[in-house]
Amino acid sequence: MTFALRTLAFRLLQAAGVALVVGVMSFLMMRAMPGDMAFRIAAARYGYDLASADLAEAVRTELNLDAGPLVLFGQWMADLARLDLGRSMVSGLPVWEEIAHQLGASLQLAAVALGLSLLIGPPLGIYAGLRAGGRFDRALLVAAAALRAVPQFLLGLVLIVVLAVQLRLLPAAGHGDISHLVLPALTLALGLAAASARIARDAMAAFAASPAHAFACTKGLSDGQVLLHHGLRAIAAPLLTYLGLQFVLLAEGVVVVETIFGWPGIGHALIHAVFHRDVPMVQGTALVMGLSFVLLNTLIDLAVRRIDPREVRA
Amino acid sequence: MLSRLSLAALIAALPALPALADPATLAIAAPFEIKAADPLLSGDIFLKLDVMETLVNSDATGALLPGLADRWSVSEDGLSWRFHIRPGVTFHDASPLTAEAAAAALTWSWKKEGILAKAPVAAITAEGEEVVITLKTAFAALPAFLAEYRTGILAPAAYGADGTVTALIGTGAFRVTVLEPPLRLEAVRFDGYWGGPAKLEAIHYAGVSRAETRALMAESGDAGLVVNLDPASVTRLASVKTVTVHSVSLPRVLLLKLNAAAPFFDTVAERRALSLAIDRAGLAQAVLRYPAAATQMFPPAAGAWHDPALAPLGYDPEAAKAAFAAAGWVPGPDGILQHDGQPFAVELLTYPDRPELPLTAAVLDQMLREVGIAVTINSTNSSEIPAKHAAGTLQMALFARNFALVPDPIGTLMQDYAPTGDWGAMGWDNPAFTAAVRKIAAEGGTAAEKAALSATLQADLPVVPIAWYQQTAAVSNSVKGIVIDPYERTFGLKSAEIVQ
Repeated sequence: MTFALRTLAFRLLQAAGVALVVGVMSFLMMRAMPGDMAFRIAAARYGYDLASADLAEAVRTELNLDAGPLVLFGQWMADLARLDLGRSMVSGLPVWEEIAHQLGASLQLAAVALGLSLLIGPPLGIYAGLRAGGRFDRALLVAAAALRAVPQFLLGLVLIVVLAVQLRLLPAAGHGDISHLVLPALTLALGLAAASARIARDAMAAFAASPAHAFACTKGLSDGQVLLHHGLRAIAAPLLTYLGLQFVLLAEGVVVVETIFGWPGIGHALIHAVFHRDVPMVQGTALVMGLSFVLLNTLIDLAVRRIDPREVRA
Repeated sequence: MLSRLSLAALIAALPALPALADPATLAIAAPFEIKAADPLLSGDIFLKLDVMETLVNSDATGALLPGLADRWSVSEDGLSWRFHIRPGVTFHDASPLTAEAAAAALTWSWKKEGILAKAPVAAITAEGEEVVITLKTAFAALPAFLAEYRTGILAPAAYGADGTVTALIGTGAFRVTVLEPPLRLEAVRFDGYWGGPAKLEAIHYAGVSRAETRALMAESGDAGLVVNLDPASVTRLASVKTVTVHSVSLPRVLLLKLNAAAPFFDTVAERRALSLAIDRAGLAQAVLRYPAAATQMFPPAAGAWHDPALAPLGYDPEAAKAAFAAAGWVPGPDGILQHDGQPFAVELLTYPDRPELPLTAAVLDQMLREVGIAVTINSTNSSEIPAKHAAGTLQMALFARNFALVPDPIGTLMQDYAPTGDWGAMGWDNPAFTAAVRKIAAEGGTAAEKAALSATLQADLPVVPIAWYQQTAAVSNSVKGIVIDPYERTFGLKSAEIVQ
């Protein structure tokens, strides 16, 4: 069996496992939370000025919340088997419809952030790695450490103050226009770029000190040719593997950044769903996020293997 | 090098991105999230944005005005109300507003636990050009109820067979073009509006939950109208030349709910002693940052319900200690009051949705500790308050209560104090008060009758008023005609305009 097929088969099994674990865990966690679900849902639907015992009772009857956890869990699993995520307990809309809108917004944000970070981080890292120990290298270390240490919440506000309020280049927050995407994406990208710059720098420095680099130079290739034909491949493998890990960071960052910038993403949706005890939304969102991780990791695995196929031959 | 180039390219491309603000479009940022197209869930937003309207309107003093109903009348026995539908009104889908359409919309609101479910409604029908609401018992506050957002009127085509709202088709001055819950709504001027077309061409609504972000949107000019500012941002925006901060006193009150059936609060003397231990002026200045200490339950915005002659609630910790001592609560060895060996230790429930609440709870904790009360703060989901009320386990709760859910506090009083309610009195029963509230709800009341009820609340203190709220908004100086409505029904968008 080829590597790609083995990977896919393994990941498919993993996806099924993740779906089951996420489903069971999110259901159990929502059940274990304190407070009466009917009251929480009533407050979410009608606002806290109107939440009352009467409305909670109406919600309880409408959603059949007294049916018991086993019945509700069974219903959800049966729905899931038919690829139906159910309806939100708060808005009454199909969960899938809500997630599709919000996941789309999050993916858009994450993709642009990742793209921006790749434009910023690795080139700076390569430049620093070529002159490891130099002034630029040391300055980059400080800058990267600082950017990594600043909470995204603060970074986002600083960017709004500088780019939107002072320079009036970009809208401060909102959603709907392409220009709204830049600031939240940049907030995420700077943190990611700080890390990828370090990875690229270390990989570049290691390559620059390697016999392969010396040999390429001996062949008479120029610095640029060495970098282009040999260096980039050497850097790409660790960088890509690291990117895979960064998706976790990205998902976490998206939650914070979406709140600051009023971005209608899945992180925002998950927080609200947990707060509102909207069980189908929590389950649906967690499931989609879990499966996205599996999918992304699969893609990264395949890409890394393509860039660095050595182990397979061995 | 590559990165510097790409950054430079990025920055160079920025001004070429689609415009930040269209000159005839007003951008609005507020914390309210859109849940769905149903007026029951998000009608408050649709009403404020002039997308949807109600049969009855109200002005800034809470007085009722004609809305989609241009006049109304009630039968002699008070059991049959006739609302005449304004002629010539069309919905955004070009269908006409008829009595049938209005009756159908109201019926869905009533059946789906809207505010009409709280009124003694027997039937809602259409007769000719009139909507006829038949009641089981007389109810004078019915027109005020019909000004509430949950009774917003949508076109027949907006409802599915089971009453599910599938589209937002109202009669307002703006027609919705984009509705993307939870954070986005866009609408354009509806040229067929019965009140004449609006001056603004379009409105863009953004739900932005963080107050800091909203304030920055006002400062950067991204939003011409920003609603609900945090106290720190109000101070900051005061020095920004391009925006003006407006604030208006609301009929919303920060209240301390007490379980009057608990041994700590079962006498008037104990409740008054507790009230004396609270330094309202200091608290309002420190936490809310505006002078909003409540001297009585109703703020001046509540019209006749506010009685300027009423002796204000005071602050005197020594008198509070003496009053507790007289009621049998004496300090134990740890300084905590005791009565028959029971320490005065109570749980204070609150919720963080309003950022000032946990802060206020912490300040109250300190003030009450001064007189020997041990408070445990539980900042949780707001729904715990009605839940623990129902279970009878609530001791104290801190929350903000809107007395203008309908533009007449009688609706809220009836739900909360006649005799008890989730967001009002607990374990308190004053039959005379209950009877008076029911009478005013049924027949209407004079200013003197309303003031008498306020005096009873002041004397009995079933709940302890702490502070009166102010609504704050930042409005760009290029936007004219914005209204900050104490009853939170409108922003005045249908007559607002952008001037350069």
